[in-house]
Formats: sequence, structure tokens, C-alpha cells
Amino acid sequence: MTLTHCPYCALQCAMHVEPAADGGYRTRPAAFPTNRGGLCRKGWTAGSLLGSPDRLTTPLLRTERGAPPRPVDWDTALDHVAGRLRALREERGADSVAVFGGGGLTNEKSYLLGKFARVALGTSQIDYNGRFCMSSAAAAGLRAFGVDRGLPFPVTDLAEADAVLLAGANVAETMPPLMGHLTGARLIVVDPRRSATAEHALAHDGMHLAPRPGTDLALALGLLHAARAEGLLDAGFLAERTTGFDAAWRHAAAWWPERAERVTGVAAADIRAAARLLGRAANGYVLTGRGTEQHAKGTDTVSAWINLALALGLPGRRGSGYGCLTGQGNGQGGREHGQKADQLPGYRRIDDPAARAHVAGVWGVPAETLPGPGRSAYELLDALGTGGGPAALLLLGSNPVVSAPDADRVRNRLAALDLLVVADSFMSETAEMADVVFPVTQWAEEDGTMTNLEGRVLRRRRACAPPTGVRGDLDVLHGLAVRLGRRAAEFPADPDRVLAELGAASAGGAADYSGVTPERLDSGEALHWPCPAGAPGAPRLFLDRFGHPDGRARFTAVEHRDAAEVPDDAYPLIATTGRVLAQYQSGAQTRRVPELAAAEPEAYVEVHPDTAARSGLTDGGWALVSSRRGSTRARVRYRADARLDTVFLPFHFAGDQRANLFTNPALDPVSRMPEFKACAVRLAADDG
Amino acid sequence: MTQRPRHVVVIGNGMVGARFAEEAARRDPAGERVRVTVVGAEAEPAYNRVLLPRLLAGDLAGPDLLFPAVEGPAVTVRTGVAATAFDPARRRVDLDDGDTLHYDELVLATGSRAALPPVDGLTADGGPAPGASTLRDLADCRRVLGHARPGAPVAVLGGGLLGLETARALAARGARVTVVEPAPRLMPRQLDAAAAAILAVELRALGVDALTGRTAARWEPGHGLLLDDGRLVAADSVVVAAGVRAATELACAAGLAVDRGILVDDALATSAPRVHAIGDCAQHPDGGAGLVQPGWEQAAVLADLLTGSAPHARYRGGAVVTRLKAEGVELTSLGEVDAEAETLTLSDPHGRRYAKLSVRSDRVVGAILLGFPDAAATITQLFDLGAPVPADRLALLLGRALPEPAAGDPQGAAPALVCRCNGVTRDQLSDAWRCGARTREALAEATRATTGCGGCVRDVNALLAAWDDTAPVTVPG
Repeated sequence: MTLTHCPYCALQCAMHVEPAADGGYRTRPAAFPTNRGGLCRKGWTAGSLLGSPDRLTTPLLRTERGAPPRPVDWDTALDHVAGRLRALREERGADSVAVFGGGGLTNEKSYLLGKFARVALGTSQIDYNGRFCMSSAAAAGLRAFGVDRGLPFPVTDLAEADAVLLAGANVAETMPPLMGHLTGARLIVVDPRRSATAEHALAHDGMHLAPRPGTDLALALGLLHAARAEGLLDAGFLAERTTGFDAAWRHAAAWWPERAERVTGVAAADIRAAARLLGRAANGYVLTGRGTEQHAKGTDTVSAWINLALALGLPGRRGSGYGCLTGQGNGQGGREHGQKADQLPGYRRIDDPAARAHVAGVWGVPAETLPGPGRSAYELLDALGTGGGPAALLLLGSNPVVSAPDADRVRNRLAALDLLVVADSFMSETAEMADVVFPVTQWAEEDGTMTNLEGRVLRRRRACAPPTGVRGDLDVLHGLAVRLGRRAAEFPADPDRVLAELGAASAGGAADYSGVTPERLDSGEALHWPCPAGAPGAPRLFLDRFGHPDGRARFTAVEHRDAAEVPDDAYPLIATTGRVLAQYQSGAQTRRVPELAAAEPEAYVEVHPDTAARSGLTDGGWALVSSRRGSTRARVRYRADARLDTVFLPFHFAGDQRANLFTNPALDPVSRMPEFKACAVRLAADDG
Repeated sequence: MTQRPRHVVVIGNGMVGARFAEEAARRDPAGERVRVTVVGAEAEPAYNRVLLPRLLAGDLAGPDLLFPAVEGPAVTVRTGVAATAFDPARRRVDLDDGDTLHYDELVLATGSRAALPPVDGLTADGGPAPGASTLRDLADCRRVLGHARPGAPVAVLGGGLLGLETARALAARGARVTVVEPAPRLMPRQLDAAAAAILAVELRALGVDALTGRTAARWEPGHGLLLDDGRLVAADSVVVAAGVRAATELACAAGLAVDRGILVDDALATSAPRVHAIGDCAQHPDGGAGLVQPGWEQAAVLADLLTGSAPHARYRGGAVVTRLKAEGVELTSLGEVDAEAETLTLSDPHGRRYAKLSVRSDRVVGAILLGFPDAAATITQLFDLGAPVPADRLALLLGRALPEPAAGDPQGAAPALVCRCNGVTRDQLSDAWRCGARTREALAEATRATTGCGGCVRDVNALLAAWDDTAPVTVPG
């Protein structure tokens, strides 16, 4: 029996992995602050993936497109990839090779992947799927606080709250054990849908505000306006600990609740009531999730929520605050150590000369050899196989054929590559397109560290041996780096050695891990970063000062604007996408768990019965949901409580049921987040 | 060679003129295409006039009303300077400080002025008489507040939107307020008689009396407002909210075509070349003056045109939605008040609620919603978007479907889900119970119920309490 953490979301619930009677493995919950001894259905069934018959156990190689991949040995596969990469670099330069990572990779993998790109490949072309996840909240958090740590306080602090505003976060489905921390608070759920979380709020003396998708920013401005008119602002806090309120207010001044009502569809009376509920709470939190962040104005929208929290004096004291609910398992750690186009380890900026000098020193390379910032995730994918873009892609821990916006466009770009290399445990939809597939270990087959939604570093432990033929991601990077002429010691395959190096590379940065050691983690110490060598962890940031040089939090003056694509006569409805309890992300793992697949076997579209009837849809029949970019097949589910103008689809499904076939890749100007959550669509029955 | 940016002069630094400058700067942040000069007669920087009643109520203070400072290197704002004339032939504007501006494009955003009805004693020396005031700008606001003493009686002349918002705000300050409206009902343009009657009752409860169908005959400072029927409304002060008149003097003097306002087309062009008009001073064929929203929409369209960012942008007239901003009163009126249409009316005088929804070809053509905040928000969006209304009109008003249509489970009735996190149904729990799981812990072990968020603990305990604990355990075959 091994004590480890769940393979899925950023809550990183603790679990035991133990042999099951059928020869496989089973999981059961363990006591831990985030999950308090609970698990959702995904966690309970995670063990079935360890014995899955779908596992990839041998490298696959095809030298001709269209030919079936053939099993090869590891040396053949690694030699082939290294040879092709070397040739491409010589022919077309270092940036002809790109790397794409994921927010589920351990800290060690994220770190080594970034180093591999910058040192072994010398390419600037690296980014990861976290760009589709946390980037808007991260950018807004940096702007406001000078530091981006999802929750700058332990999850358990939420239990002290009297009121919590959840903006675009459906935690009852996406991270159910978190709900256990919210039982004492009245919830204000901001979501266009009557989600499970919204239902919970309504059943427990809370509120549900259902704005038209794409108008959250106007709603947040309206709430700030109402809060000021109701006399709820914390003038002392504003004066002593913040800057920039006046400029931010002048935009909110024009969003009196009745005007916000007209744009958002949320009643002015509810805007006022919500402002009072949050503003009068002795302890209150504002928490954001993907629903409010995944927009072409996601960064400004999160800034508007932070402005509200700051105006009420929530951040910077115990029992209150602002936080972003990280999605992917290592969404936090994954954005700190260098797999992001503009970053170096320790949450350092790649265009900061001091940061470059420090990291280059740890890596033993001249600073000027480190490439500069590269393309953001969607821009990188969209450039693949084009004249100016990369010709080869090495992809770990991601499945963009399902998860990227405008997914068929991305699929075509992947198909245009000279070389696609994918490391995965299963034959994901993206791995199916690859020229080379490396079969790699899963979570319980390897050691490593993860950083959960509260910035706490956790040790994920090996609970069982991987199937014969399977190697770790670190082994893949090691094998390729050596073949590309790097010294073996530069790319260790041992996670503890990588962690030690990561610690040195992050030392002195915002996300300083130099004090994080396997021994301290094993002893059960709660190590929230920053954790310099010898220092204790930092569970609560900002109690004394914020991260900017003057110690103050900064308001950002933001203004509402329309979604990048608004409905018209041809595409009269708004589609929004999201998650269901029984599936995770692109479903590459959870769709292979029989119990979960039985619970949610296929894509569906939630639609108001009247809206459905106008399009000729019937409950339980199939619909085609179409935008200017593509069409998705989905089973019709009537929801009498749905907005008339909005349909919802989960995005976990494959093939012609991919919701991302219709989503809009319009990007946020700051975070480069695509607009997953609002685009114009039309409905038609699909009986074929 | 790049083209020299065109010089756009805006006359008027009110809500619409300032908004135009902001919209232009957003479209052309570096000032490569246009250079904007705004001149405004008021000494204050631009502010949200719409919120003046909130200032009276004490919710907001003067500085709270200020507009965002317009960002952009090519925007100049000159406050305290009035335009005295413009010449479309020479493309120049004369200012009252003696300066002259040359323009490539001129934007008239001169707004409107409060109308002073011909009531004896209301004016003195060309301005309002002692104790009397309009409510159009910050100076007016200060004047009204200067008159107001807690508990003192105030008369408000005009029972329209501004009059009622003002009356409500003064009542919130503790004043005893009487509204005098010459029409037979309050908000005559936006309400029908039934709605207005209920509104009057609602206002009375909030400390605002309304006298309708009565005209003021004379303002007697120190006494009050004498009405046409000889009655005296005792009042220390009177606020005149009897409508506005477009400020068109400059346009008339320059020879532009003017009716009630400066005539403009869909491109916001006036009868003179290179001269545009937006906001309250403009008169578009489809109306829209008097509220800020149409003016802001016009500002956005004109910014699209003059910066060249959307040369085909046009203003087509907006749907007019009137929303009373008065604490404790939720009132929305939109579209046609007395539409020839399928109309659903719900009148609840006791609850002080009234709803009227007019639908033609499945589209909202008019609505009056008093005390229906959720429905008002939804119906306004349907009206704005021209979207079809749901089949169940009553549900639209009441906020939920009655009777509830069968929801979402194509496979038939969904089994009652007890533990959402682990997908455990009541049937699964009772099966486990029959097989011997007689405690919550045992049920959790058998079914995983309660092991997610813990939210169903109470439900599971209730089931356990209800089930007969003496029933024999069934050993599964």
C-alpha cells in the first residue's frame, strides 16, 4: 500500500494505492487537508488505469504517413527522433523544432522539458496546455499582486468564510471535495448555467447570478459599483495597501447596476444583493475559475474580480482573499519552471537579463545561448508545418487534437509537420497522428513532485512497477538529450536529482523551491512556496505585504468589451463549454475507465426546450452544433433552467463529438488565452 | 509618407462627447489617424450625469462620478472653455477664450438643457428663482443639496424618470417630497395607467407623494408651489425635472438643419459637410434622445467612422429601455406601452407588482415590469436581441416554469441521485443496506456515498433513519 496523490485535478487529493483482488490496483481516499478523507468518482476509479489493457508498452514508429505504426525498440525510436531533430536543426535552424508540454506533468518533468528545449534543442518554441487553463488568472494575479500563486492561502482557510463568490467555477463537478470546505459560507455562484454548484448555492441560502456568456467583466464592474454605492468599501485598506483605485473606479462608475443588468441579464437587484452579501461578510473570498478566465478578455475580467476583492479589503488578511482555482493537477507547478514560452525556472521571466544569467549559471551554459520568448500555445500550434513555423513537434502530457480551440485547424497543422513525436501512456487522439510514440509511465508508476492549487508541493510516490517496455518522461528526455550531444549528467532521469537542480535554478525566484527536499516532503511538512533553503513553507502570502516592490496591491483599470464573436442571424446562439464530474480534460485517461465511460459516455448539449424546439431538436436525439469553424455532434439534453440564448457542451469527447471543433481561437492580448467560453453557433438536428 | 492625422474637434465634454474621445482613443491609441480636441464649458472634467440622483441620495460623492481620464497621446481636453460659434465653410470653431480651432471633422455633442416650464416665479434674473433648481449638472446638484434640510418639504416638478429618481433620492435623505406631474399619471410615456397607479402607491410608501393631472401655477419662495387648482404644495425648495431641450443654438447659427434637435442620418452626419452630431443634441429618425445609452452607441459608431476602423458602421436607432434607478423600486419599461399585440398582464396591487408583456410574432414589442426584477432582466435581453420568447410566457414573468416540463433524461425518469460526487443513487444505497451496510460508514465503504464533498451526509443519515433497522440482511446470491 502506497500513500500518494490523485492523477487528476489540482486539489491533489491524497489516496492509497493498493493491489486489488483482480490482480490490478485500487485506490481509496486518505486523510489530507485538501480532500479531508474524501474522493470523487474519478479518484476512486483511478486505479483501473494502472492495469488498463489499452496501455502503450512499446515505442511505435512510422516512417511514412498513412502507414500503420510499427513497434520498435527504444534505441531505434530514440535514434530515429534524435537523428531527425538534428537534421532539421541543421537545415532550418533551432526554431524548426518545437516542444509542447502539459499542466499534468510533474515539476521535475516541467523543469527538464524547459531545459531540454532551451539547452538541448536551443529552441524558443516551447509552450504548454496550461496556456489554455490558468494563463489569464496568472497574468491578472501578477498584475495585481506581483506574485501568481493560485490560492495564496491554504484551502482549509476557506472553511472560515462567511461568503464566497465563485466566478465561473463549477467546483461541485470539477473538484467535489473542495465543496467540503465551503459548507459554512453562503455562496454567490456566477455562471451562465444552473450548474451543480449553483444549485448547491441556491439550496443553502446563497445566490446564482447567470450572466450572458462573455459579459462577466461588466458584471464585476457592476458589483464594484454597487459595493461603493452601498458604502461597503474598505477605505483604510485602500489607502494603506493598494494603489490605482481611482482609475479603476472611473470605469466601474459607468456600470451602475441597471446598466450592468442590461448587458449581463443579471437583475440589478441581484447585483446589489450580491455586493451586500460579499461586502458585509466578516470573512469573504472571491475565487475565479475557467468560466470567467477562458475569454479573449480573460485577463481583464480576472482583474475586475480582483479589483472587487481589493475594494472590499479581502486580500492580505487571514480568512479572506482572492484566489484562482487551478485546474490541472500540476497547473501551478507546471507554470513555474520553464515550459512556458516566456519563462525560466522559479517563475522567472526569460527576457530578464538577471534571470537568464542565474539560470544559465545553473545550467552551465552561456546566458546568450538561451533563446528568448517563443510563441504562445495556440500560436505555436497554428504555426506548425507552415513556412515560418516549426517542422517538428515533441509533445508530452497533452492532447491538443481534443483540447485546443478550433481543433480541426490544429489537427491539420499537426498533420502538416515533418515529424510529430508524442509521449503518452495511452493512444490519445494526438498520439494516433504521431510518427513516433514513446510509451511512458503513469502517475503511480513513478516518483515526482506536484504543486497543488494552494502552492503546496507534494510528493507523488511510485506505487507499482510500470509494465515492461514503458519508461518515464525523464528517461525520454535523457535519451534524446544524450543523442543530441549533451552530457548525461545534464539531463538526469532520476526525479530527486532533477528536483535538486530545479531547487538551485529556482533559488531566489518568485517560486523558490530550493528548500524543497524529498526528506522534508516525506516528513509531512507543509511546504508552500516560496520555500528557500532552510526556510519554512509560506502557507499565506500577502499578510504583511504584496509582491510588488512597494508592497502594495495594484488595481488595474479595466473596461468591458464584447466577446470576440457575438451571435448574429446565421449563428444566433452562444455556446459555452466545460467539464463534467465523470470525465477529466481531453478524456484520454477517464474515457478509458469503464465506470466513468458508462456514467458519461458521449458528448451532449444542454439546451432550453424552446430553443431546442425552434431548431427541430428533441430531447435525447442528436444535434449538430455548428460555428463558422466547425460542427460537433452531441446528444440533446433539455434544461428548462438554461438561458434561452446559450447552449453548453462538455469538451471531453473525441472524434466528431469534440466541442473544440466549434470553439473560437481568438486570443487574450495579454495571456494569449483562447476564447473557449463564448462563440456564436447554430443548432440543427442530426439524425444521420 | 504617412498621412497626417485628421483633427477632430468635439464641442461638449459631457457624457457623450467624453465618451466619443475615449472610444476614438481606444481605436487609435497612438493617434495615428485622428487627433481629438474636446472643449467643454463646464469647469469640471467629464462626469456621469446619470448618477446625479445618487449624489443627492448620498450614495456617491462628486469625485466618484468622474469619467476615466482619456488615454492617448492625441487627445486634448479643454474644460471651462465654451464654443461660441463654428463655421462649416472655413472649418473653424470660435471659443470664448478668444482662441480658434481648425478642424477636419467636427462633432457636436452639446447635449441638452433642462427645460424650465412657464411657471410664474420659477425664474429670476434669467436663472432659477430662490429655492428653485434644475438637476442637470454638478452645480445644480450642489444647489439642490444646499436647499435640502432633513425633514424639509421639497417639491419636484415633473413625474418622469429624472423627477422620480430625484424625488426618491431626496426622500432617502429624509426630505418630504411631493411630485407634481401635469399628465394624468406618472411616467406617462413609459407606463400605462394601472402600472402608474401601483407605482404611486409604492412611492408613497417610500416617502414620495405624487400629484398627477395638476399643473404648477406659481412658485412662491418660502411657501411652496401653487397648483392650478389653487392648492399649495408647501415646499422649501423645488426641483424642476420637466424634460430637456436639445442645445442646438450653435448649429442653428451655423445654418444646420435643426428640428427638435440637430438632424442626423445613420452615419451621424448633419446637413453640413464634416459636421456630425451625437447624443441629446442630435435628432435621429428613430429617436433615442434623452437617455445616455443611445448617445454612447452613437459615440461608438462615430468613432468607428472617424478613425476609419469600421467605415461601414451605422447607427440604426436603438431599442429604448427605461430603467428607473430608485432604491426600493424595480421598474423597467421598454418598447410600446400600448402595443397592438398578444399581451399578458399580471396586476398585483396588494403586492405592488405589475407586469405587462406584449409579444408580436414571438418577439417582445413592449413590456412594463414593476417589481419583477428577474423577469425584467431577461425580457430586456430578449427585447435588445430581438430573440424569440419562450412558449411559456407566464414562466418568463414568474422566473420558473409552471408546470415544470420534463427535464433531461432521455432514458426515462432519472433515478434519485444521492451522492453526486460518486454517482450513487438511492437504489444503490438501499441495495447496500439490504446487504447489511447499516451505518453511514458501512454504506460509504459499500457505495462510496458521502466520500466526495460530504454534502450528502445529511441525506444518507436521513435514509438510514427511515429504513427499518430490524429488517433482515439479504445475502446476495
